[in-house]
Amino acid sequence: MGYYLGVDVGSVSTNLVLIDEDGVLEEATYIRTQGNPIKAVQEGMKKLSFRNKGKWDVKGVGATGSGRQLAGVIVGADVVKNEITAHAVAALREVPNVQTVLEIGGQDSKIIILRDGVVTDFAMNTVCAAGTGSFLDQQANRLNIPIEKFGNYALKSKSPVRIAGRCAVFAESDMVHKQQLGYKAEDIIRGLCEALVRNYLNNIAKGKEICSRIVFQGGVAANAGMKAAFEESLKEEVYIPKHYDVMGAIGAALLAKDAEISKTRFKGFGLSDIKFTADSFECNGCPNHCEVVNIKMEGKVIARWGDRCNKWKIADDKIA
Amino acid sequence: MRRVSFPYMGTSYIPFEKLITAFGNEVVVPQRPTEETISYGTKYAPEFACYPFKIVLGTYIQALKAGANTLVSSGGVGPCRAGLYTTLQEKILKDLGYEFEMIVLEPPGRHLKDLMHNIKKLINTRLTLRDYLNIGRFTWKQLVLLDKVERLSHKTRPLEVKKGESTQVYKKCVELIAGAEEYKDLTDIERETQQLYDAIEKRDYDPIKIGIVGEIYVLMEPSSNLEIEEILGELGVYVERSMFLSGYTISNAVMDLFHMAGERDAKKMAAPYFKEMCGGHGRESIGNSIIFAKRGFDGIIQLSPFTCIPEIVAKSILPKVCKEHGVRFLTISLDEQTGKEGLRTRLEAFVDLLMAKRKKTKPVKVKSLVAKEMA
Repeated sequence: MGYYLGVDVGSVSTNLVLIDEDGVLEEATYIRTQGNPIKAVQEGMKKLSFRNKGKWDVKGVGATGSGRQLAGVIVGADVVKNEITAHAVAALREVPNVQTVLEIGGQDSKIIILRDGVVTDFAMNTVCAAGTGSFLDQQANRLNIPIEKFGNYALKSKSPVRIAGRCAVFAESDMVHKQQLGYKAEDIIRGLCEALVRNYLNNIAKGKEICSRIVFQGGVAANAGMKAAFEESLKEEVYIPKHYDVMGAIGAALLAKDAEISKTRFKGFGLSDIKFTADSFECNGCPNHCEVVNIKMEGKVIARWGDRCNKWKIADDKIA
Repeated sequence: MRRVSFPYMGTSYIPFEKLITAFGNEVVVPQRPTEETISYGTKYAPEFACYPFKIVLGTYIQALKAGANTLVSSGGVGPCRAGLYTTLQEKILKDLGYEFEMIVLEPPGRHLKDLMHNIKKLINTRLTLRDYLNIGRFTWKQLVLLDKVERLSHKTRPLEVKKGESTQVYKKCVELIAGAEEYKDLTDIERETQQLYDAIEKRDYDPIKIGIVGEIYVLMEPSSNLEIEEILGELGVYVERSMFLSGYTISNAVMDLFHMAGERDAKKMAAPYFKEMCGGHGRESIGNSIIFAKRGFDGIIQLSPFTCIPEIVAKSILPKVCKEHGVRFLTISLDEQTGKEGLRTRLEAFVDLLMAKRKKTKPVKVKSLVAKEMA
């Protein structure tokens, strides 16, 4: 049986999944990117291939996420797609009549509006990181509550405290002040969830028509407090897919599956032993002074980007 | 002797340099905004000022460092705060210790006497009426030609077989036009540039069409909008901008003089949604979106400097306008970021969405309008 690999390199996490020819998830891994996407992808591959010693017959590879270009080159992707399309494809697969996708990841959030199975509108936060996973992580850390339990704390609250949600700076100072007055942690956390949902709906979802069914995905969907706050605010049921945290990677794999690839460019599961390096130099060809990045495999340059004029580009139109 | 400089916006520096030189001044040609420009701008501008303000301030500093003693800028009539920006920039620069004269060219309709007085300051040589006519004819032709080759690049880019070829040809055309000395040169160059574009190998298909509207500076200066037209073109999209320099000059200088409304159509189209002027180009953004929709464009992209009030007003009206006219829109908020990935992600997704919409509503035509025009 053939399999399809999906790679989603985000700012906070790097996810890899394998799906079979029917689109059923076979294996998934979730790794923190920690500022080093190359290493994260390699580690992910190692972890992924552990169970079956990498003996799957991979027929195609899809890459997505903000690091998709890099991931595409390293893994040898056949399809490189933006994460909005990837998330929509994955949500549609699980909930065919979905009309709204709420996605909150590590450092960005998006809303995707679909009608009759087609994306009709979307928005991605452009202003700030308030309300994304990193901020919740940081707050959980500050309150010394494990992030996995953070959401359940919110559910315990009987009378949530109002927290300013417009900006992470306002939110944090509001939380600190209220905590110093003696409000209970769970009421503050519930208040925070409500503030973040308010900010989300008022900022990136502004002017969008939110119709059911609503799917909530991305790492933050693990937070039961956020789900409850969305449901309370939208007065609608919010559905969380089983593999909510790797939906981008699933979407990329599904896109690869549908691309009718005759021969994959996949470099194989042995990839974690290959030495990839990156270095950069400043081009002095014009006043732009572009920082050009070289991606090297075993010392040989396999891709280059960062230049505005494409002077340094390595001709390979299928990736990028 | 006056050493004159001015803000950098698209290719406008080419005819402007010729004009100011012909008037008997030395010109310090402003630099294309780079990271250095932005660093100066953000360092000395108020934090809340918009991106165009910061870029222009940075450009002025670079020009003054290069020896300029006169800065020329267009004025504005508000109520957008950009109308007061020149005054504020002058104050900031003088506080920093630069010595120069700021000459503000206000729209002729309201400040004709002022404008004439200021233009006189820039004329530092004896010119006959014939000279004036010649200078005028040359500059105007240059301006129109620059716009023309840019439009051609927009048309050709999505159809090109070899990626990047149109951009190269466009750069070459601009160089040729900039090198022209007399009117006759320009007519020769016009023919030559057409041939250059004709020589590009093109595919024949109907590309997705996107109209770009928004605030003038981020619309016209590619370095401030992360070269959005180039990214879209290379994604196979035909791009058209609502504003070009020659059109803008006509509506804001010539029509204004006779108290005729510039960009009449755009304003008329916007009227049912947007009766009052809110400054900047908010109303034009709405009107031009409707015009694009009526012309059968697939989508609209609105470019807005972060915190730009007129564009924020337009943004909140656009969902209704676009729904009623059956087009999709995407707003891009611009500030000092130079990383293109975020923008590319949104543009790719937007193009995916438009393609899905087209597939659903109408069969793809084999021979395209754009391809026909190019043939």
